[in-house]
Amino acid sequence: MSMNRNTVSKAKVAALAVAAILGAASVAMAAQPARQNRNAPAAPAPQAPNFDAVQIKVLPIRDNIYMLVGQGGNITLQVGDDGVLIVDTQFAPLSDKILTEIRKISKAPIRFIINTHGHGDHTGGNGNLSKAGASVAGGNMLGPLAVAAQGQGGAAPAGAVATILAHENVLTRMQESIGGQPPAPADSLPNVTYIGDWKDMFFNNESIRLFYEPNAHTDGDSMVYFRRSDVLSVGDIYNTNNYPVIDKARAGSIQGVLKALNHMLEITIPKDRQEGGTLVIPGHGRLSDEADLAEYRDMVTIIHDRIKDMVDRGLTLEQVKAAKPTIDYDPRYGSGNGPGSTDRFIEIVYNDLKAAK
Amino acid sequence: MRKPNRSAIAAALLLLASSSAMAEVDLSGVWNVRLHEDLPERIPGPDMAEFHGVPINEANRARGLAWDPSILTLEEYQCRPHPSDYFTRFSPERIWKEIDSETQQTKGIHIRKEWQAAERTIWMDGRERPPAYAVHSWQGFSLGKWEGDVLAVETTHLKQSYVRRNGLARSDIATTREHYIRHGDYLTIVAVIHDPAYLTESFIRSSDYALDNKRNIAPYPCDPVVEIVGQPKGYVPHYMPGKHPSEFEYADRYNLSHEAALGGAQTAYPEFMEKALAAKKR
Ligand SMILES: [Zn+2]
Repeated sequence: MSMNRNTVSKAKVAALAVAAILGAASVAMAAQPARQNRNAPAAPAPQAPNFDAVQIKVLPIRDNIYMLVGQGGNITLQVGDDGVLIVDTQFAPLSDKILTEIRKISKAPIRFIINTHGHGDHTGGNGNLSKAGASVAGGNMLGPLAVAAQGQGGAAPAGAVATILAHENVLTRMQESIGGQPPAPADSLPNVTYIGDWKDMFFNNESIRLFYEPNAHTDGDSMVYFRRSDVLSVGDIYNTNNYPVIDKARAGSIQGVLKALNHMLEITIPKDRQEGGTLVIPGHGRLSDEADLAEYRDMVTIIHDRIKDMVDRGLTLEQVKAAKPTIDYDPRYGSGNGPGSTDRFIEIVYNDLKAAK
Repeated sequence: MRKPNRSAIAAALLLLASSSAMAEVDLSGVWNVRLHEDLPERIPGPDMAEFHGVPINEANRARGLAWDPSILTLEEYQCRPHPSDYFTRFSPERIWKEIDSETQQTKGIHIRKEWQAAERTIWMDGRERPPAYAVHSWQGFSLGKWEGDVLAVETTHLKQSYVRRNGLARSDIATTREHYIRHGDYLTIVAVIHDPAYLTESFIRSSDYALDNKRNIAPYPCDPVVEIVGQPKGYVPHYMPGKHPSEFEYADRYNLSHEAALGGAQTAYPEFMEKALAAKKR
């Protein structure tokens, strides 16, 4: 791997220690169950799901890239001679099941965990899975080279952990107590972070670029682009079953979501007839390509434009809700409650546009 | 006259029995579409806000009224083919079978459409459907089986598309059932669309084809270009609610009631005709 662009800051050791004391699973923005239509049961309020019943399913995507579906955010898995790289880690109680599936595909050590953002349904397994792996690092920061080299087969010696990489804001936010949720446990915190617009890596014979998408789903969103495999893992900026979930407590915004969706459309290239080519792994929901993204971008843009027009005309939030600006998309993306509910989405778009006036 | 050989008769009967038990009609060949049915909708194309006859819900009506045809100028839209459920209405097609060399059973039936070079496979080997979280496509994932002489096809994993070419949506959670019925040199395809998001009832359309093996299915390249210079980045053409430029132009031109033009399940039934024409009588 090379870190040939942008500042890389090492984890803040003091902060890690504080977080360790406070350690507890953060399940903020818990997984949203896939909804099929408005007749489907409404999503329950976020709560810890029954992990015993969860099965981890593996979808081979292309060459050495897989999508793992269980409970919580989709996991992207990239394997090769250099080791295993995973994007997001779902919930801690699922780590053994996830590891079992990874080991069916590769016995190589887990070297990298990349977090698309800091929510508990994407980072809960960070601690367990990083301990199951080992990074190659100098200066004993994360364990000596010899330790990492012994990590074959997943049984890394004590003290070795895989690199947990995320945008700097993810580390900051995961140490905060937000909305009554305790800070994330110390062992799940990123131990390598980046700032700037992007960060480049080279791993398993593949160029990988992390794109920072400011103030979208949160203020620490990264999209991970596997350039040779042509797979883009986008985290919760895009999901296929709900309106965008925008975390205001972590400085997400409708403007950021739209900007990021349009950025995704710039990166994706269809193979032919607007399908195939670049494949997109959403934070939640099904595997997608450019055409699916375009439909979603259109939906978000159209609702944004309608609410903006209403804000410009001086309508109150209640008047905006009464005008049903999402009516044509509700059967597909609407829901009654939860962080991605229709009402919450309208409120956030309204407030963001009002603030931008 | 010599008595027929009993074992020969038995063998012939057996052959007959085994071939008829399969009941597989060969659909192979080039089929040219016959457009006489619903011609105005199919060739000139539907008018704006011409929604009658489609069992749309309120949400789909709102989508149709927000639909600005300029959206087709966006790069992401230019080379889209019709989805399989709409494609039964258009374009000549070549049908051919893929035979498993070992078992000599039909593994799949392929269809190639001329327009936008769309290809689909109807799998006949009963394979497992992809999981819900797999990628969707314009033509979807289709499994077929023979029900007597009729090929019945069930399709899932469709991308979001349209039920009418004027903005009425068909969602990506819709499923379809098609029947392929061959009468000599004619083929009737009946497509039934079930969409829990945008249709209140199943939407059924039939289309006819005639065998035309002298016809060639031509290549159909497509390369998106910038069609409108200077569109702002991220621009999505659409009409604001209540701002459709010609919401009732179609209804008024043909003296139809506005209710009829705005569609819904009731407008698909014969007894609605009186209501539809009410405007004319007034
Ligand atoms: Zn999230």
